[in-house]
Amino acid sequence: MAHAPQEEQPGTKGWIEYRLPVFSMLNDSLVTYPTPRNLNYFWNFGSIAGLCLVAQILTGIFLAMHYAANTGLAFDSVEHIMRDVNYGWLMRYMHAVGASMFFMVTYTHIFRGLYYGSYKRPRELLWFIGIIILLIMMATAFMGYVLPWGQMSFWGATVITSLFGAFPLVGDAVTTFLWGGFSVDDPTLNRFFALHFLLPFVLIGVVVIHLVALHQHGSNNPTGLDAKGPQDKIPFHPYYTTKDFFGFGVFFMIYAALVFFAPNYLGDPVNYMPADPMVTPAHIVPEWYFLPFYAMLRAITFDIPLWIVGLLVIGLSLKLRYPDVVRAMLGNSGILGAVASFLPKKAWGWSCLAPLLSVGFILVITGFAGAFIPSKLAGVLTMFGSILLLFALPWLDTSPVRSSNYRPIYKWLFWVLVVDAIVLGYCGSKPPEGIFPLVSLIGTGYYFAHFLVILPLLGKIEKTLPLPASIAAAVTKKA
Amino acid sequence: MNKLRLLFLVTTIIAAPAAFANEATAPKQQNWEFEGVFGRFDKPSIQRGFQIYKEVCSACHSLKRVPFRKLTEIGFSEAEVKSLAASYQIHDGPNDAGEMFDRPGRPSDHIPSPYANDKAGRAMNNGALPPDQSLLLKAREDGANYIFSLLTGYGQAAPEGITVPTGAYYNPYMPGGIIKMAPPLKDDSVTYQDGTKATLDQEAHDVVNFLQWAAEPEMEERKHMGIHVMLFLGAMTAFFYVVKKRVWSDLH
Repeated sequence: MAHAPQEEQPGTKGWIEYRLPVFSMLNDSLVTYPTPRNLNYFWNFGSIAGLCLVAQILTGIFLAMHYAANTGLAFDSVEHIMRDVNYGWLMRYMHAVGASMFFMVTYTHIFRGLYYGSYKRPRELLWFIGIIILLIMMATAFMGYVLPWGQMSFWGATVITSLFGAFPLVGDAVTTFLWGGFSVDDPTLNRFFALHFLLPFVLIGVVVIHLVALHQHGSNNPTGLDAKGPQDKIPFHPYYTTKDFFGFGVFFMIYAALVFFAPNYLGDPVNYMPADPMVTPAHIVPEWYFLPFYAMLRAITFDIPLWIVGLLVIGLSLKLRYPDVVRAMLGNSGILGAVASFLPKKAWGWSCLAPLLSVGFILVITGFAGAFIPSKLAGVLTMFGSILLLFALPWLDTSPVRSSNYRPIYKWLFWVLVVDAIVLGYCGSKPPEGIFPLVSLIGTGYYFAHFLVILPLLGKIEKTLPLPASIAAAVTKKA
Repeated sequence: MNKLRLLFLVTTIIAAPAAFANEATAPKQQNWEFEGVFGRFDKPSIQRGFQIYKEVCSACHSLKRVPFRKLTEIGFSEAEVKSLAASYQIHDGPNDAGEMFDRPGRPSDHIPSPYANDKAGRAMNNGALPPDQSLLLKAREDGANYIFSLLTGYGQAAPEGITVPTGAYYNPYMPGGIIKMAPPLKDDSVTYQDGTKATLDQEAHDVVNFLQWAAEPEMEERKHMGIHVMLFLGAMTAFFYVVKKRVWSDLH
């Protein structure tokens, strides 16, 4: 990317390029940029996500010109946009549906990364930056949903901001700080509008960093192999520019179909009633893209005694102290053998374990004295943990093979995880009655088990399929 | 792994029947002119619906997001709208003397609410404010069919286990089955100016058409534009597909 200053070329382009290497930068990242020759259509979703961000910012700016961030005016100003502003309905529906499209595209993009192992060395930081983008997106979408000041805006904001009250000692202070008062009210709406306007521009910055990290090693590809030579790569233009534009076309058709023919299909009707702090809606549910996380939040319906946590810590300490004993118990074959491989080679000394053991004992003693993690706090930790967990993924997945195409067991478990997310989403949309809390709990347990138990062990025991010699070899074999 | 798949199957099978548990009777499904990609406004019906709103609904329900001028969009002439607006008294002011005053309505005025404010509305209706009707259809699940079913769903005997308090009515389409609103429409509640026979079903149908227009006045324009946009996008996408095929042909 870095260009040593060259001779100034004649003409305007040369004059600019000599002072600001904008043309060579564009050329390097969008024209000659060497890209694996075998990317399938799942690799379209990154650039489509970028397009979504641009669409949200453009439509959002026009909405901001007519919107009033005031609890007395917000709902009316949105209806003013819908009814009186020229093409206001188009801007608002594009923005509201656009948020859903953005999440659909981003989730597909993330699941593509999970399927093809795009988070593995040397793309760990690229993956991290992606998770940060997701977190900022979620915060932005959440605050944006509050702005129309409908019933679900108000009650969704109340439920989610109240979650911070679950944290011990500081919880109430944090919630008051977020609200700017003692309930979701005018100050809350105002700051949410300010932040909702700001964060997309922060996103642009993080997306640029995401792209820099991407271009360092280039895109992963369906084989998961590193490119071995020029025969494995093709220039971005015209190959992927044309492929991306075809993808844009398909994306815009789905987007437009929703905007023009079913703009409220993905939204909750209740949000067309103005916010009323005195009337709670029958079911408070977030938009669809938060439903799996909402299910996880509500899955923990019981308090967790601290002594259980303490016993786990003590158990872990003992395993570190006597790895050979545990190893002998587990044997060295099959799943147990894979578990054993995570034991340290050398036993830890008591002095090293002292802090861990003391924590364990303190937890056990306070636990028996009645201390526990309240269910609400446990739910909040679970929900945030489900995303933060993804930061550890590059190390939780111990398989040396990136692509699921050569991982016969993981390939299936990937789809189980997809189904798990859909089941959780469905549970999140239902009132927490009957079977749903239990299904949510099982689904949540499986989600965490997938990353914390299955992936580390699977890498040790799974027999992967033979990899092709190179990307080019894989493609030409198929043809 | 097989165990996990089994676990998933079992959980979905258990979860499925619970999904069908519902609080209210599912609304009767009607055919509406405004539905679908080519949906359009049935203007004569919307005009009849406005007549019902004016003569019946407006006694209790406001429609504050609809200005008189918009009524030209459903087929009233400007002169008709002008004289209609003038038949309302609008509270305005303060004038240069600092006093509030009443004046005849103008097309730019919004349809006035039956109540001076929300609290007056609550006071006159045993504490519950009849909802504003401008967005009612969009604010309910399956709104059009729901309102139609609700308006035509009175008169059935309450089933075992539901006691109807005095001053309330049984209506199976209302969540919980109890509604405070007295049956607003019956056969011949209004006399249609265009000679249409005013049966209960006809009236409910017309009111829903009117409320659909009130909730989404942009709908016809939106769908019309949508068809053009889809045609354009279809052609553009096909074009890029061909370009992509051509560009990639030297690789495959």
